[in-house]
Amino acid sequence: MINLTINNVPVCVKEGSTILEAARSIGIKIPTLCHMKELSELGACRVCVVEVKGMRSLVAACEYPVYEGMQVYTTTQRVLNARKITLELILSDHRKDCLSCERNTNCELQKLAYKYGCDANKFAGETRNFVYDDSTDYLVRDNSKCILCRRCIAVCKKAQGVGVIGANERGFKTHVACAFDMKLVNTPCVGCGQCITVCPTGALKEKEEIVRVQEALANPDKYVVVGTAPSVRAALGENFDQPLGTNVQGKINTALRYLGFKKVFDVNCTADFTIMEEANELIERLQGNGKLPMFTSCCPGWVSHAEKNYPELLPNLSTCKSPQQMFGALVKGLFAKKNGIDPHDIFVVSVMPCTAKKHEKKRTITDGMPDIDAVLTTRELARLIQENGILLNELPDGETDSPFGEYTGAGIIFGATGGVMEAALRTAASVLEPNAPYTKLEFDEVRGLDGVKEAVYRIAGKDIKIAVVNGLKNVKAVCDKVKAGESDYRFIEVMTCPGGCVMGGGQPIKATFVKHKNEVAQKRASVLYKADKAMYNRRSHKNGSVLDAYANCLGAPCGKEAHRLLHTSYSAKPAYVKES
Amino acid sequence: MKGSNLPFQGTVEQERQLRDKLAELKPQGGALMPALQYAQELYGYLPYEVQKIIAEELNVTLSDVYGVATFYSQFSLFPKGKYQIGICLGTACYVNGSGEIYDKLRNILGIESGECTLDRMFSLDATRCVGCCGMAPVMTVNGDVYGKVKADDVEGILSKYSAKESKNNG
Repeated sequence: MINLTINNVPVCVKEGSTILEAARSIGIKIPTLCHMKELSELGACRVCVVEVKGMRSLVAACEYPVYEGMQVYTTTQRVLNARKITLELILSDHRKDCLSCERNTNCELQKLAYKYGCDANKFAGETRNFVYDDSTDYLVRDNSKCILCRRCIAVCKKAQGVGVIGANERGFKTHVACAFDMKLVNTPCVGCGQCITVCPTGALKEKEEIVRVQEALANPDKYVVVGTAPSVRAALGENFDQPLGTNVQGKINTALRYLGFKKVFDVNCTADFTIMEEANELIERLQGNGKLPMFTSCCPGWVSHAEKNYPELLPNLSTCKSPQQMFGALVKGLFAKKNGIDPHDIFVVSVMPCTAKKHEKKRTITDGMPDIDAVLTTRELARLIQENGILLNELPDGETDSPFGEYTGAGIIFGATGGVMEAALRTAASVLEPNAPYTKLEFDEVRGLDGVKEAVYRIAGKDIKIAVVNGLKNVKAVCDKVKAGESDYRFIEVMTCPGGCVMGGGQPIKATFVKHKNEVAQKRASVLYKADKAMYNRRSHKNGSVLDAYANCLGAPCGKEAHRLLHTSYSAKPAYVKES
Repeated sequence: MKGSNLPFQGTVEQERQLRDKLAELKPQGGALMPALQYAQELYGYLPYEVQKIIAEELNVTLSDVYGVATFYSQFSLFPKGKYQIGICLGTACYVNGSGEIYDKLRNILGIESGECTLDRMFSLDATRCVGCCGMAPVMTVNGDVYGKVKADDVEGILSKYSAKESKNNG
């Protein structure tokens, strides 16, 4: 243990601790901009500088290790001045459209500038030549607001194992971009949006579709329906000052009705459809029809990653569309017919915790129509609600509409890592053991935040080994094993984002989330597990709407009509496309 | 996309040499710098195709390769031309008008400093002092040194080399 003092207060911490950690342990906060525990500790921003007695220059608290007898001062005049000037220099090269910036009042740079009384226009001079990239369907990079903290680079490379952005050139010309300043659309980016969630400013954001949705809502010829993904209800409240882990589904339903959506459905319901198809597909594969192990296909980031990096594994991907795409196909395919509406007049909006879903919406086209017309992130829905003057917290709880508003507990847990696996196992176990007096309902081994979870379940006299992966960097080891023929897995769930969809790239952003990622993930996931537990029906094949649709329209799960509407195919794609 | 848009002319033999070298370097830590130095030497520049091979063989991301390649001035994304033009932007040359000459060169050749023309004939580099300030402003083409150059002289100097080429071809 090491003894030191911080602002004359004695502290005792483990050897190897940084000054930042030592200060935090006694309740002293040192400001940071670039720091992300374990992911990015490079002292790039210099906002965390502190004074150490006997040292000539200030040191970066986030990376400087403590030593015996060290005397640290975190708020001397010299420190405060240095931080202020550093912030003013950052601001000198920052496009200050704060009033209308999407991150206004939720910007780490803005907060520090206020705290230190910075003059944003103190240093006027040459500005950098900024990269602006809106080449993808899901993300906009505006480097005029980039402060070069490199958090996006760290999360892309270290948490996701994708690594499509880096710091290019040097000195004044340094900028964050893809190799050769290529457009993001031509790289192996999977669209997870984790970079957005760690950006301290407004340099990264989703590609907005709010206006398109508003136009559709205002068009009397359009029949606009909406469905929200499980994870949205677990997080939207955070943007309305609700505590972490508040379920606001009832209020979301009311708000969506206020906004003018004709039908308020729930993607939980189509998650149940996904399970009907996926569990039956798994059973077919286990019986020798198709390749094993089967990978889940609900996560568009993972699907895109597989197409670009693991073409040989594409036959192992479940052919089921994701709940989002099934939602669109079912609304335009079944609901429209049943209600005598021309499916071309229907505009399907999904609300997702995810940015990759914006790209996925164009993936599948049924009968010449895209399944989904617009995708809003949780953050965009929050803005839409706010812009329309709807006071979410004061709304009464509302119900969802029939037929795609009914759901089971299995559909709800889709948003947490392990949730799709658990939901599929619930149905697979029941189908394979129809006469068993008790079939397993809670599969605790697949829950939790470990990057790779494994378990073996004995179902119908057979051992079935499964794996659950979250955080895309963890997928490599599993895929390599499968490729080499060394795995005995039968079923593998992959979610791109660490923690699953509840931690998706479209979820609300708070500065403190960067430091408490696991806590945020647990609290959001607990909303889903609590809601699941409160349900009477917790198996997808008990969903009345689902059973009705199969009995009257779809036929058997994985049958011909089900395949036409609810399944898709994949094709290998190049990781990089050279630009001319 | 940044970098040279000249067609890549690397040979199978060069690629074999590069891959052999990378296999040799890979087990050592910090293989990226020596790999880039070797490739720069081998090809004369570091185009997309070469950086892709390096990323693939060393199992690092293309972003990492490109980041290092653009950080150090010893690496170039552009090949050198048959005639390498240097224009000194050192103090003495600059106050004697080399900035104007540099602009003229960029205009005529249609390239920036560090780049190469499409026919791979001329490449341009803005340099520091070349050591003959008495002749400022100074421009060099391969080994030839031109002193007290005026902006109006530039076309004449370049045409000497173009003419030599058309004579060779004719």
